[in-house]
Amino acid sequence: MFPCRLAAQDFLKNAQVTGSFQADAALYQTDAAMGITSQSLNGQPIRINGYTEVNYEYKSFYAGLRFEAYLPPLMGYDPQYQGAGVPYWYVKYKNDLLEITAGNFYEQFAQGMTFRTYQDWTLGYDNSMRGLRVKFMPSKGITLTGVYGFQRTFWIPYQNNNRGIVKGIDGDFNLNDIFNALANTKLKITLGGSFVSDYQAGKTMIYPVGDKVYTFNLPENVACYGGRLNLNYAGVNFYSEYAHKINDPSQMNVYIYKPGNSILFDLSYSRKNFSVEVKSKWIDNFSYKSNRSYTINGLDINYLPAINKEHTYALASMYPYATQTTGEVGIAAGVMYTIPKNTKLGGKNGLTIAVDFSQVNSIKKTPVNDTTPIGQSGTLGYATNFYSVGSEVYWQETQVEISKKFGKKVKGIFDYLYQTYNKAVVQGHPEDPLIYSQIGIADVTFNVNKKLSLRWELQGLWTKQDNGNWAAGLMEITISPKWFFSVSDQWNYGNSDAGKQLHYYNVAAGFVYNTSRIQLSYGRQREGIICVGGVCRYVPQSSGLTLTVTSSF
Amino acid sequence: MKKASLLFIFLSALVITFAQSEDASAKRKTIPQVNIKDVYGNVFSTTDISNDGKPVIIDFWATWCSPCKRELNAIADVYDDWVKETGVKLYAVSVDNARSTLNVKPYVDGKGWEYTVLLDQNSDFMRAMGVPLVPMTFVVNGKGEIVWSHSTFAEGGEFTIIDIVRKVIKGEEIK
Repeated sequence: MFPCRLAAQDFLKNAQVTGSFQADAALYQTDAAMGITSQSLNGQPIRINGYTEVNYEYKSFYAGLRFEAYLPPLMGYDPQYQGAGVPYWYVKYKNDLLEITAGNFYEQFAQGMTFRTYQDWTLGYDNSMRGLRVKFMPSKGITLTGVYGFQRTFWIPYQNNNRGIVKGIDGDFNLNDIFNALANTKLKITLGGSFVSDYQAGKTMIYPVGDKVYTFNLPENVACYGGRLNLNYAGVNFYSEYAHKINDPSQMNVYIYKPGNSILFDLSYSRKNFSVEVKSKWIDNFSYKSNRSYTINGLDINYLPAINKEHTYALASMYPYATQTTGEVGIAAGVMYTIPKNTKLGGKNGLTIAVDFSQVNSIKKTPVNDTTPIGQSGTLGYATNFYSVGSEVYWQETQVEISKKFGKKVKGIFDYLYQTYNKAVVQGHPEDPLIYSQIGIADVTFNVNKKLSLRWELQGLWTKQDNGNWAAGLMEITISPKWFFSVSDQWNYGNSDAGKQLHYYNVAAGFVYNTSRIQLSYGRQREGIICVGGVCRYVPQSSGLTLTVTSSF
Repeated sequence: MKKASLLFIFLSALVITFAQSEDASAKRKTIPQVNIKDVYGNVFSTTDISNDGKPVIIDFWATWCSPCKRELNAIADVYDDWVKETGVKLYAVSVDNARSTLNVKPYVDGKGWEYTVLLDQNSDFMRAMGVPLVPMTFVVNGKGEIVWSHSTFAEGGEFTIIDIVRKVIKGEEIK
């Protein structure tokens, strides 16, 4: 009795429990000008997304779970999330040599081209694996990882082959740790390789093409494998990753049998106050999902890295580029230089200047023979040369950003961007022209004293296409450390339709206490990314009142 | 459905109460052991986060998070003074994922920051520390115990952080 009780007490007393909680609640209202009718609200003006995650750690043993509730899901989130339950739980054992996880887990091989499972609460994306993960570290510098299981999709249980079983192994090797001869060299080398396979039952499939009906033979096992190399010498870093996928006819590529290829290069040089980076990628038919009929956001086994910058300013993220898994080629370059303070150019406080460029084009696709059009289902689909560059521009951006302090109390960030956005390809609207836009941003903060500070943002977007010009403004008052208030507006003053020259206004107030935060806001929200009161989040279009509570312990 | 929402509200209330309760006899939390990476791609164990018995600041950030960058820039302006006065060391843990992880070192160098930067690409450390959103900052004492944490960044917030560090040096109790 006694030893049992003591053991139980020890189990609870010397354990470490951490967790986090978030709830986003909204009271929506109709807004005729925005196109939000009582029909779009679906009789559900009050909606809430929430989760509680608890993690328990005791010596070498770990366990945890996440309870999620969408009652019902906020507007902009997939209705299939409706409901509540525990979609994520795990138990884990870890020592210096081995780590074994049973249950749900998130894992990534290299940059994710063969395998990546992750979760993003604000995006509403979760493709966690449920099964088994084993990590083996036989000696310093070697990590071997094996995964086996199926992926999460909303609340749908795994049955009747509704998605594939995913298996994978990955080896990561740090040569400087493995080989004594390289232990102290300036050149640092890491390399690795992975092999992933997805099994989805179904040997054949009936598929209509025109007025004929075909039977396609499907590969039940689709393998994807790749390798990577990272070289680091002084301030120079070179990274490259290549992956190959065998034939994978799916709804995403409209059932073509061409194998896929994906390659990424990243070369950078940096030292204090200066950095330059160049990266490039080439993607050829590389969507990899564990359900071949899925086209929505979900059940991706891999992840294709983007090379364009992710923006947080509202108007700079008006036209966000999304990776085209069927084929694209891109290049990006960036330079950043901080002119130190107390120099002639830098003045008293120094200055940072960053220039960035990125462009993504289609790849060059040619027909497989004279009688088969490009993309014909049931055939190889198309042919392409390695690193071919097509003539269609999907995306282009040039950005200059200057950050500067003006005295002790004022600092500013100023941006100019020029973007080219292929809405037809990215959003699937074939009639839309390319959108060329110029964007200007000024973000100025005034620290009145240790407690009070004010921040203003002024943005403008000028384009002759799509919805025309926009102007945006924001003012934020922060009373450190607990309170913040903000007022903002985005105005589509240049819309050719006078009835659509809307103001997306918003007022917000919030309170922060240690690790808890509450924010209440009212107004209209255009779909986008917003940063107010100390945090950045993705927010879907809505009109009404929203309350957000986050906490952690 | 009603049962589920009630259970959820109960669990949330439990968590929030837990978060706010101050149990003086509760053992201080230590940094959980997680394997993440340094900027050269080497495996870095979080138990190696230390500063010779002096305090440590752990700051979770990402290159796509403006308030995170504002916080680290604000601290960068006074970091030299902080180190001289208290010997504190700041670990800037980036939760940039596959999309932007290769940008981290060029960004840090371009800005001239002097912090030790770690890469938590898979958000393993972030989850283990119970961090729901970035930025989130922790102060750790010389014994590896987490004595203070704060979510979000408010202008002037860096002064609160250094005050906590000063208290740790003096051995004062942090509420």
